[in-house]
Amino acid sequence: MSWLFEPGWWANGTVRTALLVGFVVAVVSAIVGVFTVLRGQSFAGHALTDVATAGGAGAFLVGLAPLAGFIGGGVAGAGAMDAIGVQRVKGRDIATGVVLGAAMGLAALFLFLAARDSSATGTTQLILFGSIFTVGPSTLAQVSWLSAGVLVALAAIARPLLLSSLSVELAVARGVRVRWVGLVFMILLAVAVGMSAIVIGAILSTALLIGPPASALRVARRFAVGVVLAVVLGVVATWLGVLFAYDSYYWFPSHRGLPVSFFVVAVVLVEYVIASVVHRAAPSPSVAAGWS
Amino acid sequence: MTSQLHEASQPLLEVRGATVNIDGRDILRDVNFSINHGEFTGLIGSNGAGKTTLFRVILGLQRQVTGSVLVHGEPITRANRSIGYVPQKVLFDPDLPIRARDLVALGADGHRYGLSRRPRALHAAVDEMLDAVDAGSFADRRVGGLSGGEQQRVLVAHALISRPELLLLDEPLANLDPGSVEEIIALLHRVSQRQRVAILLSAHEMNPLLPVMDRVVYVANGHVASGTTDEVVRPSVLSALYGHHVDVLRVHGRVLVVATALPVGPAPSDQHPEFVVE
Ligand SMILES: Nc1ncnc2c1ncn2[C@@H]1O[C@H](COP(=O)(O)OP(=O)(O)OP(=O)(O)O)[C@@H](O)[C@H]1O
Ligand SMILES: [Mg+2]
Repeated sequence: MSWLFEPGWWANGTVRTALLVGFVVAVVSAIVGVFTVLRGQSFAGHALTDVATAGGAGAFLVGLAPLAGFIGGGVAGAGAMDAIGVQRVKGRDIATGVVLGAAMGLAALFLFLAARDSSATGTTQLILFGSIFTVGPSTLAQVSWLSAGVLVALAAIARPLLLSSLSVELAVARGVRVRWVGLVFMILLAVAVGMSAIVIGAILSTALLIGPPASALRVARRFAVGVVLAVVLGVVATWLGVLFAYDSYYWFPSHRGLPVSFFVVAVVLVEYVIASVVHRAAPSPSVAAGWS
Repeated sequence: MTSQLHEASQPLLEVRGATVNIDGRDILRDVNFSINHGEFTGLIGSNGAGKTTLFRVILGLQRQVTGSVLVHGEPITRANRSIGYVPQKVLFDPDLPIRARDLVALGADGHRYGLSRRPRALHAAVDEMLDAVDAGSFADRRVGGLSGGEQQRVLVAHALISRPELLLLDEPLANLDPGSVEEIIALLHRVSQRQRVAILLSAHEMNPLLPVMDRVVYVANGHVASGTTDEVVRPSVLSALYGHHVDVLRVHGRVLVVATALPVGPAPSDQHPEFVVE
């Protein structure tokens, strides 16, 4: 196994923290992501990441904690999208697009300003590609608490959210406050992408949010199985990403490792391809029922 | 005994002087009708007549409505437990891993917050509802992959599991072939009698409903006429409703509503037994 685990892997505190924070973020991203895919809000999820980026970069500029910036930005974006009309199916793309455009503009400005400021070299890289190897114990604790909060809140609204994702009309007839439930979900989504932006970077956190759930929902027959599978796929991708990134430091004579985010996304993609192949190979449910 | 007296004296649902005005246009004007316990009522009207709007009024979802809607003599509240609803168009993504039985279970607890464990009794109730609508054989298939008629049954089970006293069905027969139409109607009739649930079902066509319909609510021109089929489907009543003279023909056990003066132009399609000229 020594070829797989390069020297120092097991003894390295930074690696251990990275694996822990990666685990937490992957679990939350996968569970929130299942609902995001179910609701067809991948685009909104991506836009929220860009808003979070603007928030993170802005926080960096004024000297606030990046995590607060990422999450504050995302939640503000969720509120803006709701105000513009993300709840209506037709308004959804427009609201998302408007917020996305504004966020990209702000993010570009903040990153430009941060890059010009010589004392903050590497900020841009950190924000865009994540900083999982620089996560300290205090950030790990914050991320863990936030994740617990997101999961508890999501569990609380899970059934009304599921029903309104299936059909707004059915949910309304059952007395679900569809708009309210949708807004709460958007806020949870914003917090989730804000956290994963810290870990694998703003550019690729959508991949961790959408990839594992999309793969899981392709092959799972049952919703609960889909959630569990998404979590497993997300954690595997994150851990393998951390491992490969660590190893990559030893691959090149120059000792310049590749970013974690690249490896995470690579694994996510491989998982998706495998899931698609499995999905194709399995007989479709209707055919199976027809022949039995 | 008291409840029977109560039931006999008071209709289950009463709509009194309901008017819906959207952007200065009266969609429905002074609508009055009532539905009694266990009755099968057809809500008949052509496209845009206001059938879906009327369902929304009954569910307490319609804005800009005046008049009153009473259930058991009390003004309706939003999300009334005693009313079940199957909307007109429900499109399920075939890729969603939601089985027919999951959707039925959500009819019982989809509005509840929290992730409590589903009681054993709920699983039993789901099976019972699926059997009641003959959906047992596809209970474990993804709901998005089912045919229109199969989905319709699952949606009925979803609406029935909360044991409503009134079931609202918005055009459940659209897009079904004639055989399936008959099957679904027979099934709904059976369910309504066994579970003693009143049914209000909207359709463009009243003929398939004639054998089971206790009463009809006929919508046209924003107005409503209601009563038994014999009371409502008469030239005098329907002419007043449409605002011009129409005839009612009864041929081979079918009812045809025809405008007396046929318009100039292409002959009316003979595929439409009910031909009405506005
Ligand atoms: N929110 C709305 N804003 C404006 N007009 C509306 C609205 N909802 C309904 N209408 C109008 O009210 C009328 C009745 O609509 P409704 O959907 O109730 O008809 P329907 O009888 O259900 O028709 P169909 O058979 O096509 O389903 C239509 O003319 C429709 O355009
Ligand atoms: Mg309608």
